[in-house]
Amino acid sequence: MTAASALLQYVISGVTVGATYGLTALGFTVIYNTTEIINFAQGEFVMLGGMLAVFALRWGGVPLPLAVPLAVLIVTAVGVLVDRVTIRPMRGRSTLTLIIITIGMSILLRGGAMLLFGKDTFSLPAFSPGGPIEIGGATVLPQTLWVVGITLLTVAGMKVFFERTLSGKAMLACACDRKAASLMGIHVDSMVTLSFAFSALVGALGGVILAPITLTAYDVGILLGVKGFAACILGGLGNPFGAVVGGVILGVLESLGAGLVSSGYKDAVAFVILLGLLFVRPSGLFGASRAERV
Amino acid sequence: MHSKAIACLIALAVLAGAAATGAAAEPIRIGAIFSVTGPASFLGEPERNTVKMLEESINKGGGVLGRPVEIVVYDDETDATKAVTAVDRLLKKDRVVAVVGPSTSGSTLAIVPKIEEAKIPLVSCAAAKKIVDPVKKWVFKTPQSDELAVKRIYQYAAKNGIKKVAIITASDAFGAAGREELKALAADAGIAIVADEVYGPKDTDMTAQLTKIKGTDAQAIVCWGTNPGPAVIARNRVQLGIKTPLYMSHGVASPKFIELAGAANAEGILLPAGRLISEPQVPAGHPQKKILAGYIKDYETKFKQPVSTFGGYAYDAIMLLVQAIQTAKSAEPAAIRDALEKIKGYNATTGEFNFSEKDHNGLTEEAFVMVRITKGDWEMLK
Repeated sequence: MTAASALLQYVISGVTVGATYGLTALGFTVIYNTTEIINFAQGEFVMLGGMLAVFALRWGGVPLPLAVPLAVLIVTAVGVLVDRVTIRPMRGRSTLTLIIITIGMSILLRGGAMLLFGKDTFSLPAFSPGGPIEIGGATVLPQTLWVVGITLLTVAGMKVFFERTLSGKAMLACACDRKAASLMGIHVDSMVTLSFAFSALVGALGGVILAPITLTAYDVGILLGVKGFAACILGGLGNPFGAVVGGVILGVLESLGAGLVSSGYKDAVAFVILLGLLFVRPSGLFGASRAERV
Repeated sequence: MHSKAIACLIALAVLAGAAATGAAAEPIRIGAIFSVTGPASFLGEPERNTVKMLEESINKGGGVLGRPVEIVVYDDETDATKAVTAVDRLLKKDRVVAVVGPSTSGSTLAIVPKIEEAKIPLVSCAAAKKIVDPVKKWVFKTPQSDELAVKRIYQYAAKNGIKKVAIITASDAFGAAGREELKALAADAGIAIVADEVYGPKDTDMTAQLTKIKGTDAQAIVCWGTNPGPAVIARNRVQLGIKTPLYMSHGVASPKFIELAGAANAEGILLPAGRLISEPQVPAGHPQKKILAGYIKDYETKFKQPVSTFGGYAYDAIMLLVQAIQTAKSAEPAAIRDALEKIKGYNATTGEFNFSEKDHNGLTEEAFVMVRITKGDWEMLK
């Protein structure tokens, strides 16, 4: 294996995992954009996506093409429920209080998943059959193409939604100034619910597309949440495009770190670079400064 | 039949016990700590099932020394801290005379100080050699040490002309112990380690490490870890189109590993395992044959699922304790310990145990056979 094809392999692996970091980060961004809350239950949405798909398949005997959208739908409903039950009743409290509630929510979701599904690790079959595809000495799984494709579609969809649709603009308006948005006739509560639904949806998507490659368990959300958050900061908080790119960059850095430096310090490599970057550009790679937002 | 032999022994013990102590039926309480849930549940679940099954069959046969046996099982959830809490409860609240388990090396090492302080014999079901080396007065173990597994792998690899291996180990207690043995024993076996990679036990992608290994001239890859890491490695290896033979540790010798990796990805993987895993291929005259067949039949009838070698570790741990209590004619912790140390030539599911003052594992690498995963099943190699 030549050095060039090894390098290509690191990048491919990094992009695959990074895409899920990106989708998790996208979820963070959507909720942040409407509420300024960092939703720490985001990683759990990802976990629930993968686990529900596995169990729809195992218990329900639902075929895979149905199990996947079903899992995503259920998680979206969970997202709405999280907002209705925990966030809406606390309206008007400080952002910090709400963030702490999301931390509680993540513990609850994780515990619930553990009780419901057990503590075992599970695998999900790949979406399409077939062995690895060879490109320039490196190999790509067909599932990787699904991961990259769905991620790209999602980010494009988000971009259109926020820039072109009335609801998308209304969501952004809520983030800028709730009161003003409300006075302009925007139903702020619905927008917040919508943002939770969206973030649960993209999180769950990330969970189901990655589960066939990496296996899944009740506690995979913790690490994904942390990585997704890091990706979000790297790309610039509040920027959906930046979130996904941040995720991919983080994934690739990790993979290169493990391959070129040392596999023992895989997680550290990525975070050290992240910290270094934030010293230089505190608002992230693609983040606008706060002043511009208002 | 093995269960008949137990019944006979027990009947004898009942008579002896009844004569000596009258009809006192105070139960002999043995503690057990297993990872029934959590990442190592594939170890702990069959272990819990096995001891519960043994408790029933021993008591049906009249108990030990005329006393019923009560096995108190706690789940450490694959968490060393919880194992320590559990051993505290066993020692202080349940007042057990001996402890079996925990399932993992990390948890076992964590409870050893408590066991030594309480002076209660422990028969661990975990692999690391560190547990019994150096010998600790109160600590025994039934699984083959990682040292024996490494010896067996190197022996087999060297026989097949392999001189250069790449190792990839988990950064947990089991993986780190395996890594040490792999490095320490390589030179003796005439093998050079050309790559030494590590992965986090929670990592979900090891393609980077495997790509690095692919770039070396390794003739074989040796992976040391317990589920789910090795399953990810098996998948990534096929994904990267690596044809180099892959050896695994006995830590994955369970059907769960094949399920997680997928039969196609596990095809051709080689590992050392106890004879339990491929019992039908054990020759009829082998001294372990009877006990293996008996255990498998009892377990599979009762639980309607296949046995694993891990359940066998717990089976042996309990049966060794029963044997020790019978020869000591006492259920006092110190007497049990002394009798355990004197057990010789005891054929169990894992192998032939020969304990001594210097050896609290009592097995040789003969306790392992090399198996190859073929079409989602285990095939014993000559």
